[in-house]
Amino acid sequence: MIGYIAKRSLLVIPTLFGISVVIFAMVRLLPGDVIDILFGGDVTADEEVKQRAREQLGLTGSYPEQYWRWISRAFQGDFGDSLRNTEPVSAILRDSLPITLELIFLALLIAVVVGIPLGVISATRRDGTRDYAARVGGLVGVSIPSFWLATLLLLFTSRVFGWVPSLSYVSPFDDLGANLAQFILPALSISVFTMAIVMRMVRATMLEVLGQDYVRTARAKGVSRSKVVYRHALRNALIPVVTVVGFEVGVLMSGAAIVEIVFGIPGVGYTLLQAIANRDYPVIQATTLLLAVTFIVFNLIVDLLYGVLDPRITQG
Amino acid sequence: MSPVRRPVPEPALAGEGGAAVSAWGAMPRRSRLAFLGKWRNPIGLIGAGILVFNVLVALFGGLVWRVGPDEQFADRLLPPSWDNPLGTDELGRDTLARIIHGAQVSLQVGAVAVGIALVAGTLIGLVAGYYKGIVDALLMRVVDMMFALPGLVLAIVIAGLLGPTRRNAMIAIGIVITPAFARVIRGAVLEVMGYPYIESSRALGASGLRVMVRHLFPNIVAPLTVLVTVYLSTAILSEAALSFLGLGTQPPEASWGGMLNSARVYVDISPWLSIFPGLAIMIVVLGFNFLGDGLRDILDPRLGAQVGDVPLRK
Repeated sequence: MIGYIAKRSLLVIPTLFGISVVIFAMVRLLPGDVIDILFGGDVTADEEVKQRAREQLGLTGSYPEQYWRWISRAFQGDFGDSLRNTEPVSAILRDSLPITLELIFLALLIAVVVGIPLGVISATRRDGTRDYAARVGGLVGVSIPSFWLATLLLLFTSRVFGWVPSLSYVSPFDDLGANLAQFILPALSISVFTMAIVMRMVRATMLEVLGQDYVRTARAKGVSRSKVVYRHALRNALIPVVTVVGFEVGVLMSGAAIVEIVFGIPGVGYTLLQAIANRDYPVIQATTLLLAVTFIVFNLIVDLLYGVLDPRITQG
Repeated sequence: MSPVRRPVPEPALAGEGGAAVSAWGAMPRRSRLAFLGKWRNPIGLIGAGILVFNVLVALFGGLVWRVGPDEQFADRLLPPSWDNPLGTDELGRDTLARIIHGAQVSLQVGAVAVGIALVAGTLIGLVAGYYKGIVDALLMRVVDMMFALPGLVLAIVIAGLLGPTRRNAMIAIGIVITPAFARVIRGAVLEVMGYPYIESSRALGASGLRVMVRHLFPNIVAPLTVLVTVYLSTAILSEAALSFLGLGTQPPEASWGGMLNSARVYVDISPWLSIFPGLAIMIVVLGFNFLGDGLRDILDPRLGAQVGDVPLRK
């Protein structure tokens, strides 16, 4: 077990290294000089000013030198300053990351809490009306664009309840109720896709597990139907679902990036898009790296959890 | 938004594509030919119907509904009526005409982006699967790296860095879905490489290129079909998302995502504007998902004809 954890954790290092190189290269392989773009083709700009900007951006020296400077400082939590307002990038990230994590966590919670029971109902009442509704609902769920759903939900609550969530961010530490009220719609809109995936997954694995011998044996021994479903079958059916959740975090991050814009929530996605609009390279690099790291760490946790839930994995 | 996976759970379709290969290979030739008649799952046909309708709308919609997408009427923000079945927007442009134009845009983006991924991914997959060893290891590590970033985030960054145009959005989406193609194709190639006819062909002195083009490629067409179906919908959805964020098709040109973006301001006065373009996106993506469901049943009979079922990996 410990060997498995160590091996799996060490595998993260080359991935992290690779993705940091990719992100580093992306900004540099751009057509045109970053500095020229920054100065908006202003040919009158002083060469000295440009040189200072280059130094400030860490664009001097060879590529390996530049990479080393960037990554070694990043390890110390120094991502440079925003070109926009000279605020340290690390401070921007410290403010925005918890917001996105809260959004993703809430969405994941909704997806799992609603998706699993739906999957169980669908599997235990196979080919019934509820099963059919859940299956078609699942296909619709994976087809709705989250940003459109977000707009529809806003429209719905404002028309029916005359309520729209606050457009200025409320910290959960100031007012938890207001914070949750603000997050519920965005979380719901990005959770629907994941919910549908979880539902379909649970249904498929439940059907498989329900056909196993030990389920029949348990029933034959006189264990009640609901006990067999929830105690014996569901537990085993949930194991593969765990891996899906890891990958879904990436989908939720993508969804969060757009939905944060719709609801004006200043998370990482919001920050990234603002940085792109402003051509704020240090912020673009840092937010992208941060999203990749978050995603990789999430998947590491999921893989380790999978090893705990299914001991067969660790003995491979 | 299913593309894109991890350090590294398999890409959405690795399992399905792989399964499809063996099922395809295992089918006797006659049933391969008859495979189009094998729609056990009506939902696949419904999906195909939706997509055919969408293509017809994109190609001939402008001939039937003879209003230009940029033509301006005097009345702005109109609700649906006989003259403007889907209403008019903030500049008095007909929403139906703009949705028809949006259908063309989304098809173009889907075709080009998937085309890029198809060519690049097939090349990478063929080379990695054929040469194996160090070439394979290197190429697959690069592919793994790309899976370590959520797909849309990567597309946003690439499109944002290249500059907000539709051409760049197509390139960005193409790059983002290439790794998925590369990985599935590699898996399929590795499987086909195990068959004796590859060995015989090499024993007869066929060059690497010849084996790849004449023997490997024709045998991976089945998983390619499923991949193309699934990633066309991903590409269309991504284009809508990028345009919604202002990183794809630029106004005043009509695109579904762009229309939703400009409609946000008017959501209170004119909710229609926010409803119809999204409905168009959803119907097309639904069509692809239905078709994917049906194709999966045909190409992998082991899964059985169950509406809405997913094989183990997504």
